[in-house]
Amino acid sequence: MFKRFIDLQWKSFFRSSSLGKSLGIKIFMGFMMVYLLVSLGGLGGALYFILRKLVPDESPMWVLSQYLIFWLLAELLFRFFMQKLPVMDVKPLLINNIKKSKIVNYVLGRSMFSGYNLLSLVLFFPFAIVLTFQGYAALNVWVWFLAIMLLVLCINYINFIINKSDRAFTIIAAITIVLFALDYFGILGVKAIFAPIFHALYAYPITILAPLGLLLLVYAINYKYLEKALYLDYALKSKSKSVETADMAWTKRFGTLAPFLQLDLKLIWRNKRTKAQVWISLLFVFYGLIFYTQEIYANMVFMHAFLGIFMTGIFLSNFGQFIPAWDSAYYGMMMSQNIPLRQYLESKVLLITVSVVVMFFLTIPYVYFGWNVLAVNTACAVYNLGVNIPVILYFGSFNKKRIELDQSAFGNMQGTSATQFLIMVPVLIVPIVLFGLLDFLIGFEVAVAVTIILGIIGLAFRSKMMDKIAQQYAKRKYGMLAGFKEKNN
Amino acid sequence: MACLPDSKKKTTKKTYSYNMISITNLSKAYGAQTVLKIASLEIPKGQSFGLVGNNGAGKTTLFSLLLDLIQPSSGHITNNEVQVNTSEDWKPFTSAFIDESFLIGYLTPEEYFHFIGELRGRNKADVTALLSQFEDFFHGEILGQRKYLRDLSKGNQKKVGIVASFIGNPEVVILDEPFANLDPTTQIRLKGIIKELAQKEGVTVLVSSHDLMHVTDVCERIVVLNKGEVVKDIETSEATLKELETFFGG
Repeated sequence: MFKRFIDLQWKSFFRSSSLGKSLGIKIFMGFMMVYLLVSLGGLGGALYFILRKLVPDESPMWVLSQYLIFWLLAELLFRFFMQKLPVMDVKPLLINNIKKSKIVNYVLGRSMFSGYNLLSLVLFFPFAIVLTFQGYAALNVWVWFLAIMLLVLCINYINFIINKSDRAFTIIAAITIVLFALDYFGILGVKAIFAPIFHALYAYPITILAPLGLLLLVYAINYKYLEKALYLDYALKSKSKSVETADMAWTKRFGTLAPFLQLDLKLIWRNKRTKAQVWISLLFVFYGLIFYTQEIYANMVFMHAFLGIFMTGIFLSNFGQFIPAWDSAYYGMMMSQNIPLRQYLESKVLLITVSVVVMFFLTIPYVYFGWNVLAVNTACAVYNLGVNIPVILYFGSFNKKRIELDQSAFGNMQGTSATQFLIMVPVLIVPIVLFGLLDFLIGFEVAVAVTIILGIIGLAFRSKMMDKIAQQYAKRKYGMLAGFKEKNN
Repeated sequence: MACLPDSKKKTTKKTYSYNMISITNLSKAYGAQTVLKIASLEIPKGQSFGLVGNNGAGKTTLFSLLLDLIQPSSGHITNNEVQVNTSEDWKPFTSAFIDESFLIGYLTPEEYFHFIGELRGRNKADVTALLSQFEDFFHGEILGQRKYLRDLSKGNQKKVGIVASFIGNPEVVILDEPFANLDPTTQIRLKGIIKELAQKEGVTVLVSSHDLMHVTDVCERIVVLNKGEVVKDIETSEATLKELETFFGG
């Protein structure tokens, strides 16, 4: 029976309509994945020597034991965001002649092979090998490794228990921060408390029974819970909340744009993925801190131009690149209604404009790192407004991939096609290269001035360009409609 | 039995003023496969027009062509003298509900109605007034529920889509499979609404259905599509249901 389950899983992957269509993206994602794993493995291999160097007078094993608690908590938080218990797929199995216990064991057992478990495996396996070669007792090392893997599986299952509630997340996040703070400020030696516990897993192989026991316990809890929850109206059902309707009367001042603006605001605020875009965009304000504070980048004009375009235009590119795919679920209705495409697009322009202005104001404090920074950011904001907005809308007319709005934003590649990569060239690379070249060949002031002038020219011809873009959207409507119909891409 | 009022109606035959929809040499092909081929079809203003056929007969293809959602391979459709694939002037007087892709999942039903209302030049008060006529039809499960459309049941979603297509006094209403997924009470009410639209208000109503009984009840004329071609074009009478049953059964 298990073999048949695995077979189903296999088919669902290879027969998903996305596999052929977006193979390029799959390969790209796969490449990133391999890169991540290789980096982790490399870190694992070097970990012994790094720890040796950082803390010369203590055994690396002991140092690692001090930090393991934080590694495990961090992994739990990471999984909370990324990993979901895949119960939804078992719906069709419920009414068939399969024992419930088998389904539950399958769902839980399958998660043992989850990619997330690889993270720790890839990190600690090379570490264990190095330890063995460094003359540590092989038995102890490998039992320790096994114990860590059991703990990782515990984390795997604990995540499923807490995944149901946001409160659990808050509590764990709070615990992590408090523990870290207590330790950091020397109030309570958290590391000192947990170090002997984790070190014992290495020192006394018999203690492996503890994580084993814990694993059995959390598995049993999960099992009990899932067995009860395998009903359509329980775990398998997506919940719906009572909602607040908003009047948004203030949008009326935008006249004919008002209905579209209201729709776009609701689109952004009421769907997971779009909402996450807003938060992500706001967070990227801090991106500058990473670079402005470092000496190496202080005089790299390229870098400053990149930060300027990127920070003021993050929402522009995150949201703009998927226009009109955000509306893909009901594009047929939009196209059969009496909608002037121009106004539909103007509403998006207005939203993006506001975002650029807001992001620009948020980046003003970076003037602390010099007036040059402010000048570059101003120029980039104007360029984004004048040139990049029409450019990204134009490229939007090539979008043909459906986006399911209510799916999570994290690692969601839905709607992504070659278009999204092509957009990067005009939106990001062209202005940066232009700015850098002008700065190098003529001077900083000229680079700033030219960028601003380009932006202003763009603004002056905005109306003309929007007409052309609207025509483009009208021309490609059939292709878009056909593409947006296809689910699961 | 439900056919009785219809058969009465047939005796006082309607005279139509002019053709609302004209189809000329229309065909749609995907690769070598032709999915729709109609040499000529005229639908007069104010007619309730029924389209029946098995799966894959081309019903939805025809409706999609009518709404310019797909491009014809040859020929054209005119809607009130406007050629639909070259001009958009048919949109103000045409409305449709084809499937749930016509709904916006993250809006509440009220918000959706008002949005459609604004697109069709109706203010909030107009829309609210129109909705009040459909309170029976909604059966207390649509308005004031504080739920997004995506969280409503399939049947209730359908009700929202159908009623939204009545907003803004359209002259042509296109409904694809409106009876499917509806409960019996609502089906009967919907039949009443469609008949009234066509008879009293002169609206041209195009309905497709798999349910022969419902279409014969509602429609003055029934066209049968088979493999993309018109094989029957019947003016509804008492004998129609039998005729259709023989056609599909035999």
